[in-house]
Amino acid sequence: MFESLGNRLQTVFENLQRRGKLTEADVDTAMREVRLALLEADVNFKVVKEFVKRVRERSVGHEVMRSLTPGQQVVKIVHEELIQTLGEPGRLNLGMQSPAIIMLVGLQGSGKTTTAAKLALHLRRDGRRPLLVAADVYRPAAIDQLETLGRQLDVPVYSEGPGANPPRLAQKAVRFATEQGLTTVIIDTAGRLNIDEKMMDEIKSIRDNVRPIETLLIADAMTGQEAVRVASDFDKAVDLTGLIMTKIDGDARGGAAISMREVTDVPIKFLATGEKLDAFEVFHPDRMASRILGMGDVLTLIEKAQTEMDEEDARQASEKLLSGEFTLEDFLKQMQQIKRLGPIGQLMEMIPGMNRMAGDVDLSNAESEMGRIEAIIRSMTLEERRNPRILKASRKRRVASGSGTSVQDVNALLKQFREMQRVMKQFKQGRGNRGIANLFGGFR
Amino acid sequence: MFRNLRDSLTRTRQSVFGQIVNVLGAGDIDEETWEDLEALLIQADMGVPTTLELVENLRERVNNEGLYRADQLTEALKDELRAMLDDQPEFSMEKPRQLTVVMIVGVNGSGKTTTIGKLAHYYKKRGKKVMMVAGDTFRAAAIDQLKIWSDRADVPIVAGQPDGDPAAIIYDGIRATRGRGYDLLLIDTAGRLHTKYNLMQEIEKIYRVCRQSVHAAPHEVLLVLDAPTGQNALVQATKFKDSVHVTGVVLTKLDSTAKGGMVFAIYKELGLPVRFIGTGEKIDDIAPFDADQFVEGLFEA
Repeated sequence: MFESLGNRLQTVFENLQRRGKLTEADVDTAMREVRLALLEADVNFKVVKEFVKRVRERSVGHEVMRSLTPGQQVVKIVHEELIQTLGEPGRLNLGMQSPAIIMLVGLQGSGKTTTAAKLALHLRRDGRRPLLVAADVYRPAAIDQLETLGRQLDVPVYSEGPGANPPRLAQKAVRFATEQGLTTVIIDTAGRLNIDEKMMDEIKSIRDNVRPIETLLIADAMTGQEAVRVASDFDKAVDLTGLIMTKIDGDARGGAAISMREVTDVPIKFLATGEKLDAFEVFHPDRMASRILGMGDVLTLIEKAQTEMDEEDARQASEKLLSGEFTLEDFLKQMQQIKRLGPIGQLMEMIPGMNRMAGDVDLSNAESEMGRIEAIIRSMTLEERRNPRILKASRKRRVASGSGTSVQDVNALLKQFREMQRVMKQFKQGRGNRGIANLFGGFR
Repeated sequence: MFRNLRDSLTRTRQSVFGQIVNVLGAGDIDEETWEDLEALLIQADMGVPTTLELVENLRERVNNEGLYRADQLTEALKDELRAMLDDQPEFSMEKPRQLTVVMIVGVNGSGKTTTIGKLAHYYKKRGKKVMMVAGDTFRAAAIDQLKIWSDRADVPIVAGQPDGDPAAIIYDGIRATRGRGYDLLLIDTAGRLHTKYNLMQEIEKIYRVCRQSVHAAPHEVLLVLDAPTGQNALVQATKFKDSVHVTGVVLTKLDSTAKGGMVFAIYKELGLPVRFIGTGEKIDDIAPFDADQFVEGLFEA
C-alpha cells in the first residue's frame, strides 16, 4: 500500500549506503528527498516540515557520524520517527460499562457503513454482542445497506424510517441494546462535511445524548492535504478517540494517516483492507513504518499464516520434503495453504524486498499458473500423485484432457517437480536443513 | 446552476487560494513569496511535479517580464493555471445520436451513484430521454440507492438482483433503452480500487458489452473523483483510462474545503478534462465544468 513512499526512500538510502561516511550535505540531500517523498505521499505540508526537522536534527548529530554504517543509521532514524509519529498500536478502550458505545463519524464516502459492519464482526469475534445503529437517515438506502450487512453477519440492526431524528434514534438504540443484553453499540452516522455546521451540530447532539466511549473518525487512505483540516475539525467538534483508515488495499501512499495522527493526537486503531467484511486489521505502527520504508511486513504475514495454516500439515510437509518423500499430493496441499493466505499480490507486498517487485510482475499470471497446476494435480489419481513416475503417455493424455491443459503442460509440471525433489535432496545432504524447515514449519 | 459553482469555489478560495491572494497581494516578490506559493500549491493537492513546474514557469516570467510586485504574480499564476486547462476536447456526450451510452466508474465512495442521479436529472431537464441501469450488484443496497435516485429524477431504471452479473444486467439495460426508444443510458458500476485485478477485469467486460451492443459505445466513460482525494487521483485516472478508456472526469464533493488540485495534473498528463462538478447532496448540485470560471473562481475576492 505505501510502496511508493518506501521505494523513494529506498532509492535515497541506497545512495547513502554506498558511502562510507555521512556529511551534513549528505543528510541534507537525503532530507530533501525525504521531504519530497512525504509530500508525494500526501503527508500534510506542515507535518512534513516538522518530521524532516526532527529526523535531520537526529541524523546530523554524532549518533550517525560515529556509527559504522551511516546510511543504515539514517534509515533507522526515519523508521523510528515514523513509528513515533504514527503512534502507539491501536486498541479499543471499551471500558466497563455495558453497553459500550462507539460512534463512527467521517466525510461522505469514507466507508463508515462498511466499517461499522467490519467492526461488529471484529468485536463479536472478541466475544462481545454488538448492535449496529443506522443513524444515517439522509443518504438514500443507507439504512438498507446497514440492514443488509447486519443480516449477512447475523448482527442485530436498530433502525427507524428515513425521517427519524438521529440524536433521539441513538438514544433509543442504546435503550434497546440494554434491554436486549447487547454489550456494544456501534452508531453509523451519516457522512458529512467538516464545514457543514448544521450537520456537525447533529453529531454533537448524538454525542451529548449517548456519551460514546469511543468516537472514531473513518478516513479514506487516499485523502490528500485536506486530511489535516478534516481530522482537526471533527476532533474539535466531537473529541475523537481514534482513527480508522479505510481503502488501505489501494495503492495510495497513505500519508493522510501520518497527518491525521499528528494533528489529532489520537491513535490509529484499525485498518480496513478490502471489500470482504473480515478485511479489517488492528493497526501496528511498527509494521506500517517498516512497510513505508520497504522493509516488508513479515509480522503480518506470519500472523496470517498462523491463523490460516494448519501447523500439523506444515510440519509434516516440511519433514517429508526434507526426506525426499514429498509427493505431488503434498505439493497440492501446500499450494492450497498458500492460497488461503490471500491473493499472491498481497502476500508479495509483505515480503521484504518483494514489494518493489510486486508492482512489476503480472500477478494474475501467477494466480492462473497456480490454478493450472492445481487442475493438473487434481486430475491425477492418488496413486499417480504419490508416484508420478507411473505417468506414461496414455495417463498423461488423460490428465491433460481432464485438466483442460496439454500434455506439454503436464510434462512441464512433472519436470519442475522432479527438479524440486532433486534440489531438496541436495539440501538435505548439504548444508543441513534449518533454512528449509523454517520455510515450511517455521510459522510458529 | 452557477451559483452552486461559485458558492463552492468561494469556499475553496477562502481555504487556500484565498491565502494565495493574501500571500501574493502585498509587497515585493522575495524568496519567501516563492516558498509560500509552493506551500500553498502543494496544499491545494496540485502535486509535487505540477507545483514545481508552475513555480519554475512563474520564476521565468518574473525574470523575463520584469514583474516585481506580488499582485502581478497573481495574474501570472492565473494565466498559467488557465493555460494548463487549455484546449479542452469536445464533449461527445451531447453530440446528437440515436442512443448515447455513458459509463460511470471510480473507486469506492467517490460518489458514482449520486452523480448518476444528478446527471439523469440534468439531462432530463434538457429534453433527453434518460434511463439508468444499476450495474453495482455488489455493495449492499447499492441497487436500492440508485432506485431512490431514479424516483427523484423520475427516470426509469433497469436493475437486477444483488450479486448478479453486472455485464448481463447492463446488456439488458441497453436492450431496454433501445426497445423503449430512450436516447441516453447512464450506467452505474460498482466502486472498485484500481489495484484489484479481478474487478478491473469485470469492468473491462462491461466496457466490451457496451462496445459490442451499440455503435461506438460507450460514448463517454466518466471517472468520478472526489475532491478530497490526494495524489492517488492521478494513479486512479491512469489505471481506469488504461482499462476502460476513460474520457473525462466528474469532480465531486467540491462543496468541501478540498481543492481538487489534482485535476490539473490529470488533464496535463492524461488529457482527461473535467466535465462536471458535484457540489452537494441535492439533485441540482451539479454543474458543467468551466475551466476559466474554475480558475477565476479560485481567486475571486
